[in-house]
Amino acid sequence: MPPTLEVRNLRTHFFTRAGVVKAVDDVSFAVDRGKVLGLVGESGSGKSVTGFSILGLVDPPGRIAGGSILFQGQDLAGLSEEEMRRLRGNRIAMIFQDPMMTLNPVLRIDTQMIETVLAHAKVSREEARQRARDALGQVGIPSPEERLRAYPHQFSGGMRQRVAIAIALLHKPDLIVADEPTTALDVTIQGQILAEAQKLCAESGTALIWITHDLSVVAGLADDIAVMYAGKVVEEGPVTQVLDAPLHPYTVGLIGSVPSRNHRGEPLRQIPGMTPSLLNLPAGCAFRARCPRAEARCAEPPPMAEYRPGRFARCIHPYEEAAAA
Amino acid sequence: MNTVPEARPMDVVLDAPRAAAQDAPPIVELRGVSRRFATSLDFAAKLAKRLGVKVREDVVHAVDGVNLSVRKGEVVGLVGESGCGKSTLGRMVAGIMPPTDGTVLWHGRDLKALSGAEARQAKLRTQMIFQDPYASLNPRLKVAEIVGEAPAFHGLVGRGGLDDYVDEQLRRAGLDPALKRRYPHQFSGGQRQRIGIARALAVQPDFLVCDEAVAALDVSIQAQILNLFMKLRRELDLTYLFISHDLGVVEHLSDRVVIMYLGRVVEEAPAEEVFARPNHPYTRALLAEVPRIEARKRAFAGVKGEIPSPLNPPPGCHFHPRCPHAFDRCRVERPALREIAPGHRSACHLNDAA
Ligand SMILES: Nc1ncnc2c1ncn2[C@@H]1O[C@H](COP(=O)(O)OP(=O)(O)OP(=O)(O)O)[C@@H](O)[C@H]1O
Ligand SMILES: Nc1ncnc2c1ncn2[C@@H]1O[C@H](COP(=O)(O)OP(=O)(O)O)[C@@H](O)[C@H]1O
Ligand code: SF4
Ligand code: SF4
Ligand SMILES: [Mg+2]
Ligand SMILES: [Mg+2]
Repeated sequence: MPPTLEVRNLRTHFFTRAGVVKAVDDVSFAVDRGKVLGLVGESGSGKSVTGFSILGLVDPPGRIAGGSILFQGQDLAGLSEEEMRRLRGNRIAMIFQDPMMTLNPVLRIDTQMIETVLAHAKVSREEARQRARDALGQVGIPSPEERLRAYPHQFSGGMRQRVAIAIALLHKPDLIVADEPTTALDVTIQGQILAEAQKLCAESGTALIWITHDLSVVAGLADDIAVMYAGKVVEEGPVTQVLDAPLHPYTVGLIGSVPSRNHRGEPLRQIPGMTPSLLNLPAGCAFRARCPRAEARCAEPPPMAEYRPGRFARCIHPYEEAAAA
Repeated sequence: MNTVPEARPMDVVLDAPRAAAQDAPPIVELRGVSRRFATSLDFAAKLAKRLGVKVREDVVHAVDGVNLSVRKGEVVGLVGESGCGKSTLGRMVAGIMPPTDGTVLWHGRDLKALSGAEARQAKLRTQMIFQDPYASLNPRLKVAEIVGEAPAFHGLVGRGGLDDYVDEQLRRAGLDPALKRRYPHQFSGGQRQRIGIARALAVQPDFLVCDEAVAALDVSIQAQILNLFMKLRRELDLTYLFISHDLGVVEHLSDRVVIMYLGRVVEEAPAEEVFARPNHPYTRALLAEVPRIEARKRAFAGVKGEIPSPLNPPPGCHFHPRCPHAFDRCRVERPALREIAPGHRSACHLNDAA
């Protein structure tokens, strides 16, 4: 059986007046039933655009400029807008950082959820309501029957996010793309949502792509991890291997910057410089201006290579052994 | 017996100010400080009120009876969840917001009783650094003007020396003075934070209140700015109140940690102590939920329940609706913040059992 989702050499570019922004430029990864892929990177690295591309939500001046997105073996890039709409919210769902991207502020929760059920399933209104109630209960919302009659503004941020997740769950999708869904939430509430996400994958076999800038969340949640930098995946592999023995100098730098990876009170190991603009990015490795291992060859674009079984890195000079991260 | 400890070079540098802070006099001391806000009524409510309908004007208890002192040379980390009153407390510590009740002492003297000139001094020597530097930088001024304005106005430097003075502040904050003719929008988030820091340093403060100063930055840039804060502390002998919701950051930086929940301080202790032996049930729940990069495929749980609204805080211990150990007394009586070990204070009735 093919994996639930396989993205191959995806390119999503924005053709702006100032030039071509290669927001996603040769991204590949796969995620299987019941598994969690953590897609990590700093702001502007192309995580959200990757997510939007999978859902077919890229608007002009952006468009998918190459590659394929295979969902259960079927290429989504070839589907019509109508076919895509049928998959969205049904077999594939997205959860956004801001739950109000999903929720309509002027409609009661029950109206929104029932409409979502009826859009993809031939059931009675009463049954749709029942499903909505169950979904709210599933994400840990107390007294779901009462809560159904509320409006989004009557919920706290964490509750709103749980309602958005409940809506994503309504049709028991095979794939969920979650884009920084807990970034705006407090840790005690984040913990509740991460617990729901884990339960979901384990119980219903949903494949989950969890987009975040927070390596610590991915460490606890994901099976595999793909690290993005300047529109490309620069390292990929099982979470434990990537975090314990990173190959790519950027991954090493990123892990080293996390305060708990350093001795209390001592200077943090920092990556010098800042992320380059994606507009007119020079050829070669995009990390080379900040890389302690850069050499002349790095002016050529480094290919993604498998350095150990299942361990990929886009670097011609990776760390061989466990680097001091 | 040989009592000379083996000194690692790093410890010598870092522990010196920490040891000094133990018995240093407080720069700022809050005594029973509260701050309430009346939530403004919306138009419909105002109209109804004018027509004689009884409308309750809601009161937010943002900060509720807090005692806190920050001693010279220390870094105090202030943590807590969104809306628990960290920023409000920070503003009162910085003297830019008066408390509704209680007293703020600055170098031992009531802020309210200071003369005009002294009050200005107090304001200058305490500077705030915010999460969003962009919002606090005038977009129409060049960097040199942003940094040079206050020291020139307050006569900290003569006109002739201003240029060099500004360059020095920028260099200190890690910015190339060659960029000083540019405007804030021409800089990245990390660089803007450096501009904000240079501006604060330019008035020669001895105390910085940093409110989520690295929250908006990417990890790699956050590390650069945190390193800058630590370097400035050593070079300029600064004292910090470091407000953050990120426990990893607070653990790394602070000598002492103060934990707030819904307007109140629930626990306070030296940093190592809080992380090694958290006492308050809320602190323990918080620490259990912090994602750690060392943890692999762990089971998350979450603290049950929602953070209650400060409009209508629960009676007794504010944490009781979510606390797994709550008992009858917790629902009626506010637990006092009590010393449970040297320098370690916690506000929980469980500590009275013994
Ligand atoms: N000017 C104001 N008028 C009315 N309410 C206010 C005002 N300032 C703060 N509050 C309320 O006081 C409470 C504490 O706010 P504060 O900004 O101090 O929280 P915080 O801990 O800094 O939160 P965050 O982590 O989200 O920044 C909140 O309920 C807030 O809505
Ligand atoms: N509509 C757009 N037009 C032009 N550039 C865009 C657009 N949307 C995103 N980008 C650019 O694509 C890059 C990746 O963005 P994004 O995927 O949102 O980053 P991330 O989610 O990793 O923070 C950024 O450089 C961003 O500025
Ligand atoms: S390819 Fe070269 S510059 Fe890029 S990460 Fe590897 S060593 Fe560094
Ligand atoms: S006082 Fe009671 S409710 Fe509050 S933290 Fe202690 S045990 Fe829990
Ligand atoms: Mg994004
Ligand atoms: Mg705040």
